[in-house]
Amino acid sequence: MAEEARQEIKADQKINLEGLLCPIPVVRVSQAVKNLAVGGILEATATDPGVLADIPAWARSTGNEVIAMNRDGKIITFFVKRLK
Amino acid sequence: METETGRKATLIVLSGDFEKLFAAFTIATGSAAMGMEVMMFFTFWGIRAIKKDVRTGKSLFGRMVGVLEGGDINKANPSKYGFLGMGRWMFKKMMKNKNVAQLEDLRKLAIELGVGMYACQTSMEVMEISRTDLIDEVNDTVGVGYMLEHAQQSDFTLFI
Repeated sequence: MAEEARQEIKADQKINLEGLLCPIPVVRVSQAVKNLAVGGILEATATDPGVLADIPAWARSTGNEVIAMNRDGKIITFFVKRLK
Repeated sequence: METETGRKATLIVLSGDFEKLFAAFTIATGSAAMGMEVMMFFTFWGIRAIKKDVRTGKSLFGRMVGVLEGGDINKANPSKYGFLGMGRWMFKKMMKNKNVAQLEDLRKLAIELGVGMYACQTSMEVMEISRTDLIDEVNDTVGVGYMLEHAQQSDFTLFI
């Protein structure tokens, strides 16, 4: 995802998951998304490469949407939209 | 417990080994995060995971088990490299250095996420462990029937 594209997404909440390993990132994302209104967007940064597979799988299972995911060096930034 | 997906998971935890408890609580918290309603059924050595740091047992043998199986979740030893607690110490240190959640933290998180904690009544009778020896957050002490009812409704059941 290009820098400009990322700036276009306006997150309602941001969380920092850097340094945390499985299963904590997926747990924290699930908890944070529950606190959003439907349609709300969560932005998260993480360093565990496991989130690249885990967060999309979590979204498919729970009926939410990963609208963007970008890896820049060690930092992985992703945006999740609460759909229901 | 209300879940978004209506899916369920049952985890039967027989082992009290450090790495198996670690796997059990990782899967339990992960499943809860995935929107599942989770039941953990602790039996035999697995009861260590929900026990307070207390001495248990009434009879001679019961008290012996209480001494040999003394301590709570923090005293769980890995199945390999036991070395009288050295392995436990080493793994805890390695995991802490890598910022992996500790077993007790994972259990706390599981409880926070609404994972159901159930103890096997028969194991408790055999090992002479009473309800007051278990952490307060344990939902109930039940038998195989109660666990199997949940297992039948579950999308997966794991025996750990």
